Amino acid sequence: MTLWVDKYRPNSLLKLDYHKSQATQLKNLVQQGDFPHLLFYGPSGAGKKTRIMALLRELYGSGVERLRMEHMNFTTPSNKKIEVMTVASNYHIEVNPSDAGIYDRIVVMELIKNAAATHQLDSSGQRDFKVILLTEVDRLSKDAQHALRRTMEKYVATCRLILCANSTSQVIPAIRSRCLSIRVSAPTKPEITSILFNICRKEGLQLPEDLADRIADKCDRNLRRAILMCEACKVKQYPFTSNQPIVEPDWLTFIQDTARSILSEQSPKKLLEVRAKLYEMLVHGIPTDLIFKFLLRDLAKSCDMTIKTEVTELAAKYEHQVHKGSKDIFHLEAFVARFMSVYLKFMEESVRGMI
Amino acid sequence: MLIADSKRNMQAFLKTGKLGKDAPSSSSAEPGTSQPVVPKLTPWVEKYRPRTVEEVVEQSEIISVLKQVLSGGDLPHFLFYGPPGTGKTTTILAAARQLFGDIYRDRILELNASDDRGIQVIRDKVKTFSQLTAAANKPDGTPCPPYKIVILDEADSMTHAAQSALRRIMEKETRTTRFCLICNYISCIIPPIASRCAKFRFKPIKSEKIEERLEEIAKNENVSCGKDTIKVLVETCGGDLRRAITCLQSCSRLKGSESVVMEDVLEVTGIVPPQWVEKFITVCKNCDHKELEIFVDDLIQEAYSAFQVLEQLHEKIIESDFTDDQKAIICEKIAIASGRLQDGASEYLQLMDLGCCMINVLSKK
Ligand SMILES: Nc1ncnc2c1ncn2[C@@H]1O[C@H](COP(=O)(O)OP(=O)(O)OP(=O)(O)O)[C@@H](O)[C@H]1O
Ligand SMILES: [Mg+2]
Repeated sequence: MTLWVDKYRPNSLLKLDYHKSQATQLKNLVQQGDFPHLLFYGPSGAGKKTRIMALLRELYGSGVERLRMEHMNFTTPSNKKIEVMTVASNYHIEVNPSDAGIYDRIVVMELIKNAAATHQLDSSGQRDFKVILLTEVDRLSKDAQHALRRTMEKYVATCRLILCANSTSQVIPAIRSRCLSIRVSAPTKPEITSILFNICRKEGLQLPEDLADRIADKCDRNLRRAILMCEACKVKQYPFTSNQPIVEPDWLTFIQDTARSILSEQSPKKLLEVRAKLYEMLVHGIPTDLIFKFLLRDLAKSCDMTIKTEVTELAAKYEHQVHKGSKDIFHLEAFVARFMSVYLKFMEESVRGMI
Repeated sequence: MLIADSKRNMQAFLKTGKLGKDAPSSSSAEPGTSQPVVPKLTPWVEKYRPRTVEEVVEQSEIISVLKQVLSGGDLPHFLFYGPPGTGKTTTILAAARQLFGDIYRDRILELNASDDRGIQVIRDKVKTFSQLTAAANKPDGTPCPPYKIVILDEADSMTHAAQSALRRIMEKETRTTRFCLICNYISCIIPPIASRCAKFRFKPIKSEKIEERLEEIAKNENVSCGKDTIKVLVETCGGDLRRAITCLQSCSRLKGSESVVMEDVLEVTGIVPPQWVEKFITVCKNCDHKELEIFVDDLIQEAYSAFQVLEQLHEKIIESDFTDDQKAIICEKIAIASGRLQDGASEYLQLMDLGCCMINVLSKK
């Protein structure tokens, strides 16, 4: 049984449920073959990947849906072997270069050269270029990005790059100058509810309006999360009721839990406990910036305006330091420790003020 | 005899070296190199890449120097630096093509950031190439300059160790080889190398020049596009001609047969609609933390780039009627935030930090 997210993924540009005019524009773009490299950007769950796959289908027909997974091997100059997972059809290949860590440059270069060498030999000859789809380019090292510059210009006739990122802030200007940037904003709440209704109708289910609204409120405008939540609700309880509980992602409840624990007591002993929780989140692969974001959000709720600013500043500072160091846990812990001290001081002062 | 020998050497070298391998594919990527089959499918940046130095717009100093070289003067080592899309790569490739005619592929070694350029490569490949002799005649007997050019494009990403390895080679092989280094930031080049080169800064291209070029292309490609739309395009690309051309093409391709209007340009260039920037300031004036949180979340959901927001906000703050002290504090925060974003920091947290700072500053009157 497939998940609803996959089952109801629109597969052609004109079937996309929102940003319809953008979809039409993309269709126009495909009609002529001479478009530049593309850079899709937008928050996660906004439907970038769906849009890209629909675009590829428009380009090459249903052949792009015959996907195969392949392990590709690369050798670094120092003779280290690296293996990277790719998903490919006859017309395109998809890679997440950050899988290769610091060797992402080698992977990207090899891919492009391979694609150029195995020139499109399709007899119908509809396109004479292949597409290389790179995901999570905002995590691509600067070295790899520089390597792309001239390569993108040189091989433009034999391959097009489609880059996919959450934001363009981490993409160097020289790359942005070589791409057509396509902004995919997150769907709005009404768009999300209408998609949920559609899916439920196709499943033959009755979705109460209130429940749909509550899901749309809780999902952070992340469509994937909304659909997953909706399906989880169905598994928990059907027929739906307007006020049935919505299952939130565990990591979110876990962060909320951690924040509560920090607010309950500020002491070295508590810090040790919190540290164990932070560790657990990192081990489970929760992105550090998300931990910071939601911790801050929950902690700030219980802070007075006077220290909100200070706490936000601390979070911004320590999250930045994560990118300069290598051990995320240090910076998370440092933030919590500093927060505890600021919070404690504030509480003591306000108690004194009351006397 | 000697000449023929060295030529064979060079060809063998180039066959095994990168250039030889790249040659077939890159020749189809460059229109005008006698392959009339593909040009329809090449993006306009490539289609309208100048083929001769005379066609390069703006950069007058380097052009006049190159013109002298073309009429028989000597070529110094060059260091080109400047922002993206201002013609650095284009200029040196055009010059090489004009200097050497059809044998130019044999006479240049182009290494860019995609090639491995560690010390070893500098020592082996570059050194071997530099030591080859170059004849003062082409195979057909016509004269051509008796040297080769090593182009180190995108040198920003070269390690300092590799650059040091270059020093000796640059000095020793001046008789047969010239070097041309290209980078965005001159600070990435170590001083001993910089001092060995004639330095040329490639300026952001002036608005009028970009406008002219865009109009020419629009006419050639039958794009219907108003004058004021072009003006907006020019303003938003910040002197980057490549970006301007890419945007023009993107707009016209996205719109199909319809004509290009202002909104398309704004969307394609990633400009944040001004009302968002104004709203940022209003929200901060309201001193409501919750409201700020919601606003920043929305901004990120709309996928506007935080970097771009900072840039436009900065302009707005400067123009605003805040006191100088207030402006100073906010601008400092903007600078810090943009630096951190470059390091990969979270957009949400940086914008929140900036917002809180603004709330703080604006609430103190
Ligand atoms: N001065 C110029 N005159 C004419 N066309 C230009 C000029 N500068 C840039 N262009 C256009 O922009 C495209 C890219 O220019 P070029 O490759 O020379 O940029 P660059 O300076 O090397 O940038 P980068 O630093 O990103 O490598 C060219 O194909 C051409 O169409
Ligand atoms: Mg260049």
